[in-house]
Amino acid sequence: MIRYLIRRLLAAVLLLLIVSMATFAIFFLVPRLAGATPEGLASRYMGKSANSSELHATAQRLGFYDPIYVQYGRFVKGIVAGEDYNLGPTTEHCPAPCFGYSFITQNPVWPELTDRIGVTFSLAVGGAAIWLLAGLSTGVLSALRKGSVFDRAAMGVALAGVSLPIFFTGLVALVIFSYTLHWTAPGGSYTPFTQNPAEWAYDLILPWLVIAFINAAGYARLTRAGMLETMGEDHIRTARAKGLAEGRVVIRHGLRSALTPILTIFGLDVGLLLGGAILTETTFSLPGVGQYAVLAVTNNDLPKVLGVTLVGSFFIIFANLVVDLLYAVIDPRVRLA
Amino acid sequence: MSGTLTTAGESLSPTRVPSSFLEVRDLRVHFKTDDGLVKAVDGLSFAVERGRTMGIVGESGSGKSVTSLSILGLHRGGNTRLSGEIWLDGEELISASREEVRRLRGQKMAMIFQDPLAAMHPFYTVGAQIIEAYRVHNHVSKRVARKHAIDMLGRVGIPQPARRVDDYPHQFSGGMRQRAMIAMALVNNPQLLIADEPTTALDVTVQAQILDLIRDLQSEFGSAVIIITHDLGVVAELADELLVMYAGKSAEYGQAEQVFNRPEHPYTWGLLGSMPRLDRDVRERLISIEGTPPSLINVPPGCAFHPRCRYAGRDGIPCRTVVPELLGEAHRVACHLPSPVRTRIFGEDIAPHL
Amino acid sequence: MAAVVAAGAALALALAGCGGSKTPSSNSSSGAAAYNAAIGKVAAVSTKKGGTLTFADSGDWDSLDPADTYYGYSWDFIRLYGRALTMFAPKPGNAGVQLVPDLATSLGKPSDGGKTWTYTLRSGIKFEDGTPVTSKDVKYAVERSLDKNVFVNGPTYFNDFLDLQGYTSPYHDPTPGKLGCKCIDTPDDHTIVFHLIKPFGGFDYLAMLPATIPVPQAKDTGIKYKEHVVSTGPYEFDTNNPGKNFSLKRNPNWDASTDPNRTALPDKIEVSLNVNSDDIDNRLIAGDLDVAVEGTGLGTAAQGRVLADPNLKKNTDLASITRLWFSVINPDVAPLDNIHCRKAVEYAVDHEGYQRAYGGAVGGDIATSLLPPTIPGHKDIDLYNFKSKPNGDDAMAKQELQACGHPDGFETNISYRAERPKEKATAESIQQALAKVGIKLTIKPYPLGDYAKLYAGKPDFAKNNKLGIIVYGWGADWPDGFGFLQQIVDSRVIRAAGGNTNLGIKIPEVDQLIDKALSTTDASARNAIWGQIDESVMENAEALPGIWAKSLDYRSPNVTNAYINDGLGGFYDYAWMGVK
Repeated sequence: MIRYLIRRLLAAVLLLLIVSMATFAIFFLVPRLAGATPEGLASRYMGKSANSSELHATAQRLGFYDPIYVQYGRFVKGIVAGEDYNLGPTTEHCPAPCFGYSFITQNPVWPELTDRIGVTFSLAVGGAAIWLLAGLSTGVLSALRKGSVFDRAAMGVALAGVSLPIFFTGLVALVIFSYTLHWTAPGGSYTPFTQNPAEWAYDLILPWLVIAFINAAGYARLTRAGMLETMGEDHIRTARAKGLAEGRVVIRHGLRSALTPILTIFGLDVGLLLGGAILTETTFSLPGVGQYAVLAVTNNDLPKVLGVTLVGSFFIIFANLVVDLLYAVIDPRVRLA
Repeated sequence: MSGTLTTAGESLSPTRVPSSFLEVRDLRVHFKTDDGLVKAVDGLSFAVERGRTMGIVGESGSGKSVTSLSILGLHRGGNTRLSGEIWLDGEELISASREEVRRLRGQKMAMIFQDPLAAMHPFYTVGAQIIEAYRVHNHVSKRVARKHAIDMLGRVGIPQPARRVDDYPHQFSGGMRQRAMIAMALVNNPQLLIADEPTTALDVTVQAQILDLIRDLQSEFGSAVIIITHDLGVVAELADELLVMYAGKSAEYGQAEQVFNRPEHPYTWGLLGSMPRLDRDVRERLISIEGTPPSLINVPPGCAFHPRCRYAGRDGIPCRTVVPELLGEAHRVACHLPSPVRTRIFGEDIAPHL
Repeated sequence: MAAVVAAGAALALALAGCGGSKTPSSNSSSGAAAYNAAIGKVAAVSTKKGGTLTFADSGDWDSLDPADTYYGYSWDFIRLYGRALTMFAPKPGNAGVQLVPDLATSLGKPSDGGKTWTYTLRSGIKFEDGTPVTSKDVKYAVERSLDKNVFVNGPTYFNDFLDLQGYTSPYHDPTPGKLGCKCIDTPDDHTIVFHLIKPFGGFDYLAMLPATIPVPQAKDTGIKYKEHVVSTGPYEFDTNNPGKNFSLKRNPNWDASTDPNRTALPDKIEVSLNVNSDDIDNRLIAGDLDVAVEGTGLGTAAQGRVLADPNLKKNTDLASITRLWFSVINPDVAPLDNIHCRKAVEYAVDHEGYQRAYGGAVGGDIATSLLPPTIPGHKDIDLYNFKSKPNGDDAMAKQELQACGHPDGFETNISYRAERPKEKATAESIQQALAKVGIKLTIKPYPLGDYAKLYAGKPDFAKNNKLGIIVYGWGADWPDGFGFLQQIVDSRVIRAAGGNTNLGIKIPEVDQLIDKALSTTDASARNAIWGQIDESVMENAEALPGIWAKSLDYRSPNVTNAYINDGLGGFYDYAWMGVK
């Protein structure tokens, strides 16, 4: 088990390295290959009237004249050992892990990212809890009452949830619940949990519900299908033959089996969400990692892009690992070695 | 012996409480499906006493398993139509509430299933599943239940039960799993044990061990046992009475010895003829059942067996139009052929080839 | 995807309309809201103090640091927390293009033929901590803005015009007080003298730049100064969460008696950053937000909805935004090196088609020359019958084709920025119109990010790839001929390496006129020269004007004293606004 974990962690580090190299290449090497000069690259990070000597200075400052592997090495070194940054009158030391300074705002990337993880984490955890609960219970009930009015209605709503994009659902929900009924907070509201838990929940309830609506749909359908399958299995008959109450049969014996494939998808979904709920955060203007990713990419802000890619990849890899570990807990037939 | 059979006779009155431990009267289990009404069991009656073993034999789809599940109350609601009476120790189960039946299930009546790997939950330990079965009906601590579970595992012949109790089903061998399954069924000392194809999924060598175990436990617990199988070899070893089912109905019903030695229904002949025997050459054995089991939605009119019966229509017997009744005293047969004719055919044509 | 977004937003708006009756109705004493009520006049006049004025930005400031900001809306907003030497008059409409003194007591006094400019500071002006502002703080502020290694975003006018004598940055300045630049003198605490490398008659415009907002050297934290700029205006920073939001509160050391240019009505100002632009529109309409700070107007989805509903339309203003959508007719590419071939293009283009590409009348007016009408010096020039033949003058076009030796037309390419659907529509419209007279255009999209650097803005590339017509757009840094025209028509700014804003206009007469304008200190004489420059470009047919852009702005019923200031480039004047 320990050896398995160590091996998985080493693989994760390797994967992160590869991801960072690929990202580096896409945002740095590709424009170079397409003919961009160091000054041309630098001009993206300057005002509209920069002259050639200023462009040259910026290109120098950002290290664009160095070979690509030197630039990459500097990036990795910053993560491991930190780096110094010229603020003008003074120099600042950015301690490890230093993901560099934004090319645009010149703020250090790492504190900005960690600051935003809280938002994304709150959004993901709350949303995931709601959608898991709603999706599972709807799916279970639908499966038990297969063909009933409830089943048909639930599956219809689920289909709508899956098909409607979040920027549509989200905007409509904002207009209805925040701006017309004034029940929920307007877009862009966020209060840290540590500051005021009630405010935190109030600000996030609408994004949670919308994200849950969209995802619960898939989980309901998945749960329904899984339950229909497991409830027909022999061991369910055995459980009933033992004289167990139906509720216990459904939850402990049926749902438990149906949960395995759902857990896999849930883990991946939460991992993706932690890596940046891009559409949700953009729709609700939430200052999370996903919004950061959008800003980073649209501004060609390489240090931010690298930072957010690594954080996102980390969460996805981490969620995968957790899912694999949970798998072994849920299904004793799976042995980790 | 014959008394057992007369109670299942024709003069049953719906209100009279039978003296038999288990008595099934005119049981009908029909399922509504999109394709039509499936008459899985259609007017079945039989009785079993404590300490006795009854075998139910038939091809798949003949209604054996449906019958057993109906007794346990596992075919209720939804698209199922259930009628008739099931009397267990003086209590009628079809009219009883779900909750009452649930309380009896696993306690007074228990069941052993065919494929122990599929029939046990893969995510829980064997012990946990036995403990769960025990604690549903007994308010005891987990510790007590666990001790009981270990005892039961020991009694069904699992070595080192205290250690194996925490193993998962997939860590057991096939035979061990079935023993564990039996331990789980017997954990509450059931007075009625239904074993549905208990050995089908097992190796031949293990089959015998399991059958021995069931026999031993039955004599120890004094339960009534129903063994459901398509394998006449199994019932030959265990059964006191034998019920041959075809298309949801009794084809032949009597003392096991009688049915084995003097079978009268052509379907039973077929079943006997299909039994593998090492002492005969395959080519000598001419009796086999041709065709496939009938659709339970469109059951053939008259005798349901007639399309596959080589004697059907003989001497103007109305096999295709009239449903044969189950007639006879101790040994009852549902066949239009007159009894002497059946005896003669068996003696002359069938027995030599078995 | 864009279509889905638009559809979603449209539905959202439709739903907003259901609750529309709940939005606060305008019952101000100063007259009911009306369409264009803030164009050329002040809507909802009020002196009521207090309240919170809320802004939202679909993106983020380039920087809040006065040395490092180059966004038009930032130059408008910055006046809430900083005072430059001069500013645009806080007056509605065209009156706003006049400069008025702000930190200074009067506009600059030129000497030495426009090479030296002197300003006197008002007395009694303090930083937010109570320290009095001196001319040295202004000098230091300008000095630090010269450091383009630290402040990469800001404009470079001072780098280009001040007589730096090698001075680079106060951060590398060994002199005590870091005031080593000989380019600026501060003979006393109230006087500041700028020495230029060449005459510049419009120096008062440079004095308007945020770079002249005083910065106390002791509080200068370089790059980090933007996190808390030390205020000289009526508001100071309260909170600042970079990339998310910030808020301003009243600056207790701002004295209204020193400041005729600001009302300072709200108690608090809150700004949300990186807000979904559709959400901004919805919130404006719902009354949940006061101002979309970028001033780019409602999105297309919201436009349709708002214009269709008189109750909402009355809260909108169609503002001119000193932006020109135009195309360059590249004289480097044969046969467009022949003036008659260029004139044929001018005649043949469908001007209404150009306008349609930008959304029709809501997008702007058909431009007949480069200088927009809101800019002083604008002349009505219509050399190619844009007004009388809005769909193109094919007869004249054919005549010009004859004259240039291609009576049956010719072939060339037209480029546009791939990410801009409006420019694509423009290219297609021009392609269709020119096809009527036999000019065959092949459409060439190039990526927006590198359009100027690698493609259309790189002279060799444009020539080798036969980019005969280059679709483009331009906005002024400030509303005068220099601010608007110089960067796009002065041939001497063209760099062979690319990254140009002048995409090929090379007219010797224009270059001479520009020099003349620069050295003219009399404003009206100078403005007239810029009008001549515009005319000369049109006579040479090297620019194809498209439209003078407008934006449909939503004026929240919650705000008071709203007006569009042409000096600020068509934004609402944020220094004058209040809340009901």
